[in-house]
Amino acid sequence: MRFEYAPAPESRDVVDIKPSYGLFVNGEFTEGGGTPFKSVNPADETVLAEIACADEADVDRAVQAARKAFETWSALPGSERAKYLFRIARIVQERARELAVLESLDNGKPIRESRDVDLPLVAAHFFYYAGWADKLKHAGFGPDPRPLGVAGQIIPWNFPLLMLAWKIAPALACGNTVVLKPAETTPLTALAFAEICVQAGLPAGVVNIVTGAGATGAAVAGHADVNKVAFTGSTEVGRLIARSVAGTGKKLTLELGGKAANIVFEDAAIDQAVEGIVTGIFFNQGHVCCAGSRLLVQESIQEELLGALKRRLATLRLGDPLDKNTDIGAINSAEQLARIRTLADAGEQEGADRWSPSCPLPDKGFWFPPTLFTGVAQSHRIAREEIFGPVLSVLTFRTPAEAVEKANNTPYGLSAGVWTEKGSRILWLADKLRAGVVWANTFNRFDPASPFGGYKESGYGREGGRHGLEAYLDV
Amino acid sequence: MSENGRLAVRKTYKLFIGGAFPRSESGRSYAVTSSKGDFLANASRASRKDARDAVVAARKAFPGWSAATAYNRGQILYRIAEMLEGRRAQFAGEVAEADGVSARKAGELVDAAVDRLVWYAGWSDKIGALRGAANPVAGPYFNLSTAEPSGVIAVIAPPMGPLLGLVSVIAPVIVTGNTCVVVASERAPLPSITLAEVLATSDLPAGVVNVLTGPTAELAPWLAAHMDVNGIDLTGCPPDLALTCEREAAENLKRVLRPAEESWLAEPRLDRMTTFLETKTVWHPIGI
Repeated sequence: MRFEYAPAPESRDVVDIKPSYGLFVNGEFTEGGGTPFKSVNPADETVLAEIACADEADVDRAVQAARKAFETWSALPGSERAKYLFRIARIVQERARELAVLESLDNGKPIRESRDVDLPLVAAHFFYYAGWADKLKHAGFGPDPRPLGVAGQIIPWNFPLLMLAWKIAPALACGNTVVLKPAETTPLTALAFAEICVQAGLPAGVVNIVTGAGATGAAVAGHADVNKVAFTGSTEVGRLIARSVAGTGKKLTLELGGKAANIVFEDAAIDQAVEGIVTGIFFNQGHVCCAGSRLLVQESIQEELLGALKRRLATLRLGDPLDKNTDIGAINSAEQLARIRTLADAGEQEGADRWSPSCPLPDKGFWFPPTLFTGVAQSHRIAREEIFGPVLSVLTFRTPAEAVEKANNTPYGLSAGVWTEKGSRILWLADKLRAGVVWANTFNRFDPASPFGGYKESGYGREGGRHGLEAYLDV
Repeated sequence: MSENGRLAVRKTYKLFIGGAFPRSESGRSYAVTSSKGDFLANASRASRKDARDAVVAARKAFPGWSAATAYNRGQILYRIAEMLEGRRAQFAGEVAEADGVSARKAGELVDAAVDRLVWYAGWSDKIGALRGAANPVAGPYFNLSTAEPSGVIAVIAPPMGPLLGLVSVIAPVIVTGNTCVVVASERAPLPSITLAEVLATSDLPAGVVNVLTGPTAELAPWLAAHMDVNGIDLTGCPPDLALTCEREAAENLKRVLRPAEESWLAEPRLDRMTTFLETKTVWHPIGI
């Protein structure tokens, strides 16, 4: 069944993108020493802006500014720090539509998601941690927990502003100052956030934003005067950072990759499970570290479930991220698209069956259709490696024990999903699954009050909730 | 020793792996001396294969031990304390020989080790209340965070404090449901094997604690690089070795407890437990 939709684009007029952006250091926008780079709209490959690139000297300036600001920021009463964070939360809400459009332009994600998921969560995260700033003595880390100092933070391109909020809000609430490096393909909302810091009257140097690629990130993590490193991104880079931090005494938290199993039992509510599977892997084009990229379906309902899933996938709308009816937006970069294609091709070569709904792709930009692989073996690359794209690998199981065995058969351990109507079975599986987040009869839910983070090679430390404070306190 | 003219029957000190006391598969041993330099015994010099076997034993024990009730784990730690108390004189003798302290001081150190086990036994069913939470999310969802053990932990025991230091690094790791491979003090390994005899008779399931004796600088990097080890406590590593091990540990993102100044007689900090605990958060919709 096909539905006809008239175009319903969100207006671009709410954003005012400058032709070029500098680094945000010590409260001012400044030049960068590296070669500037361009940020591209992945939906049409047009250049959005030219971005300054921070070299080691720039990072050093930023760390020095943060170090100087730390003296006064950490000495402020918690109640004052709280009010700055509440201000930031309010300004994010006031400018939510602008930021959502900017995020969709820079990242390629559907406006429906940036508007209804990313931005509300960004504001909520600042509100949540604002409230902690003057209550740290009640957080269970002793009577007077101290901040660490300067936090070097490196964030990915999949949820640019949300990951910024996850990093900056708890760091500031605990009394740290930050040097944050956004991803090179999605720097624009972080730079808009710099303006928000100015609007909020945040003291200079408390938040510094240094744009650039891997070398800039390495300079941030490797700077001798950084006390804390927080990284969200690939397990591969996480390993390098853990190695570089060894012996320095810097506190480190890592939120890395995943290969989550989404387990569907024969007694599950099929329509709800189908929606959960779709949310699990096609939300944000599958650019989600906790995506439910391995569907484990009980053999007895495989045909029924896959039939319903394929019907549902045929109704997904891929295209203009700014169209309010779009379900699947653009792949963030040519590089990521190439990686997804390589892994999908490997799936075919290794013998799995590939299926996509009829799905015309726009001529320009980076696109990949929602894709399903059946007949997948645990040894296939598409069952083991994180694809970070809209590609679902389907495996089957017969018994609950087999489901657990297969679900845990990965070096990752970020998230998992369970679909069954039987309560005791949910709790049994929740116990057995080696993953930091277990969604039962739901998937991809996030909340600032809920700790998030992985087991095993998905990293360590938690973001969100009371647990999230620990990463930024000297405890 | 030959009081009343009788030749004493000496003990052979072996490794403790999977609940059994094997010699090193390598057949190697090294001489252990007292603080005064007198020969005490030949301890096993564990090989890389022994370290791997110990990890296999610890992994095998993990599902059962981590699934045991917290109450049960607390009971077993308390049982270890009871058994240790019962062999107070033997341990005091070994500690006095190893560290050259007076008999009275050695007795106090054994007492402190017993008390430490009792302290940790009580944590088994309380740490979860501190580390877990029912989270008030903005939506109709049940959202519960609980603490879970990280898995198999390598523990590099401190060179000093052959009993109290050893107990102080093992107890926090296992009380929460982890299993471990311990590298005993290279200088004074004998109390670790005698402790293993206590563990073997305390209802502690085989493989929950495995003890290796031998050169720390050789054994620690093997465990730090082992891909089926989930965390490592570097307490007993000097700075250079700690750096090597922390780098190796990055390969599979092990949880790392770095060496820090610590008095074994002071009340412990919680990070010996919390470093090797994960937080799992479960969501479920609320509805009718």
